[in-house]
Amino acid sequence: MSIVLRAAAGYCVVALASFYALVLVPQGGDVTVMINGAIYSSYAILALSLALIWGYAGILSFGQAAFFGLAGYIYAVAGLNIGDTAIAALLAIGGSAAFALVVGYFVFWGRLSDVYLGVITLTVSLILYRFINQTAGEEWTIGVAPLGGFNGIPATPILTWFGRPDEPLMPEQIYLLSVGALILCYLLCRLVIITRFGRAAIAIRENPARAELLGYDTRLYKLGVFTLGGILAGVSGVLFANSVFVSPTMFNLQSNGQIIIWVIVGGLGTLAGPVIGCFLMLALSTWLGTLEGVAWADPNLVMGVALTLCVVGLPRGLLPTAAMIGDAALAGIRRMRERRPSPVQTVEERP
Amino acid sequence: MSIVPLLEAENLVMRFGGVVAVNGVSMSIGEGELRCLVGPNGAGKSTFFKMLSGQLRPSAGDVRLRGRSIVGYPAARIARLGVGVKTQVPSVFDGLSVRASVRVAADAVLPPLLARRRIDEALERMRITHLADQLVVRLAHGQRQLVELAMVVAQRPDLILLDEPAAGMTGEEVERLGDLIVELARSSSVIVVEHDMDFIRRIARTVTVFNQGKVLTEGPAAQALTDPRVLDVYLGRDAA
Repeated sequence: MSIVLRAAAGYCVVALASFYALVLVPQGGDVTVMINGAIYSSYAILALSLALIWGYAGILSFGQAAFFGLAGYIYAVAGLNIGDTAIAALLAIGGSAAFALVVGYFVFWGRLSDVYLGVITLTVSLILYRFINQTAGEEWTIGVAPLGGFNGIPATPILTWFGRPDEPLMPEQIYLLSVGALILCYLLCRLVIITRFGRAAIAIRENPARAELLGYDTRLYKLGVFTLGGILAGVSGVLFANSVFVSPTMFNLQSNGQIIIWVIVGGLGTLAGPVIGCFLMLALSTWLGTLEGVAWADPNLVMGVALTLCVVGLPRGLLPTAAMIGDAALAGIRRMRERRPSPVQTVEERP
Repeated sequence: MSIVPLLEAENLVMRFGGVVAVNGVSMSIGEGELRCLVGPNGAGKSTFFKMLSGQLRPSAGDVRLRGRSIVGYPAARIARLGVGVKTQVPSVFDGLSVRASVRVAADAVLPPLLARRRIDEALERMRITHLADQLVVRLAHGQRQLVELAMVVAQRPDLILLDEPAAGMTGEEVERLGDLIVELARSSSVIVVEHDMDFIRRIARTVTVFNQGKVLTEGPAAQALTDPRVLDVYLGRDAA
């Protein structure tokens, strides 16, 4: 009963949040809010990608930003060259998926343990960071797109509808697209974890040796989830490129680290938790950035303290803790009802 | 009944560095046979099991399932060919419910509609239907053994390998387990590794005795278990 109730409550909250973001915010018409909302939503899809592969398949990728940044760069370069950015977006998502497939193949078929997986994914991301960072010269131009070194590509083109390359989307439309994509990605993840494939992935996280003995080729399932994570990170990278522009910071250590922080703060093993964690942490650092005359409140420092407090105070993360409190409150209400017999029963019991 | 035995092991050898854990074991299991493997600790029983299930690749020798060599196949493939394994320490999915665990097992080899029926059936056969919604991590040791068995049973394998299924169970649970294994042997071939002599006498018809990586003797339970050489290795005296 409590599981059904909890699921219903969860979907209600998601529906309300979606209504707020898709209907109320655009009606308000504040462009700054919508630009920030688009950035937050694109980052939240990145959080979802790690929430899925780490929380449900037990794959701790320390370099999820590699797929995020790669998709961004493929999108920018292909968009500048082709002109039709809708095609560039598909290429970018396909490219990051293919890259995840290749990295995943070596990691899972090499039967590397979890720690090495973390190290290798982080290294891949940092190699991309170093590489892109040194592409400042004229010689680093692909077609008409200069890679731009540490400046990135400020001329990152804006997304258009298919077949209408001359009509770039307005910031409001990018915002709606990003929020819509976040909701779709969330529902996709929800769907995946209840399929046969998703259940097998969860079982493999719990006990890979047992899953093998039951007939599951664990490498195949891990590769599948990891590639799906690469696709989500790719979607996120393309949307981010539309709200900001692509630059090497997409690949750096801070980008990789913050994804893990979002998942831990929001709640590992949940999907909505990391999205909430992402929004809260981004809002916190945005707010800190607007403060004046408080030099001590360096966003990185405050984020570090927030993470530490979360790990110590809410080791399971925000969402699981909230669910636990909700359950306890429900049980309390039920106990109180049982203690107080209803007057109708008393009447019936009389001889 | 076919002439080809369900499972044949031929001259299986397993070396770990300089140690020879299994040294030339041959064995043949027919359809619907219930066989017990006994022997002192370190006799090579579990290693032998792991070679049958694909968890270890033998250093030499051959394993044939229905006449087809399966040496070098990954464990998952051997499982899909119809070999179910219950490990010595219960290997279960702690974070899943009992029903979800059995469902994962049924899913691995069956189409969805058939899988659903098998789940209930396996839970009933192990008499753990009342635990279906419990998380496996919350269960007692003996119950975890039954959950693992239910997962194996749900797949209806042709051959079931049980490594010390009675370990850590209470007297009553052991008794029930004995009946269960005899019942399982009606639909599958079963090989059981076990230490508990009373338990073996209750369930087994044929017993194979391992000692120092080799088969010491093989035969009907009553005869094999009273063989003086078998008593010697169990009492720790030199078999020679």
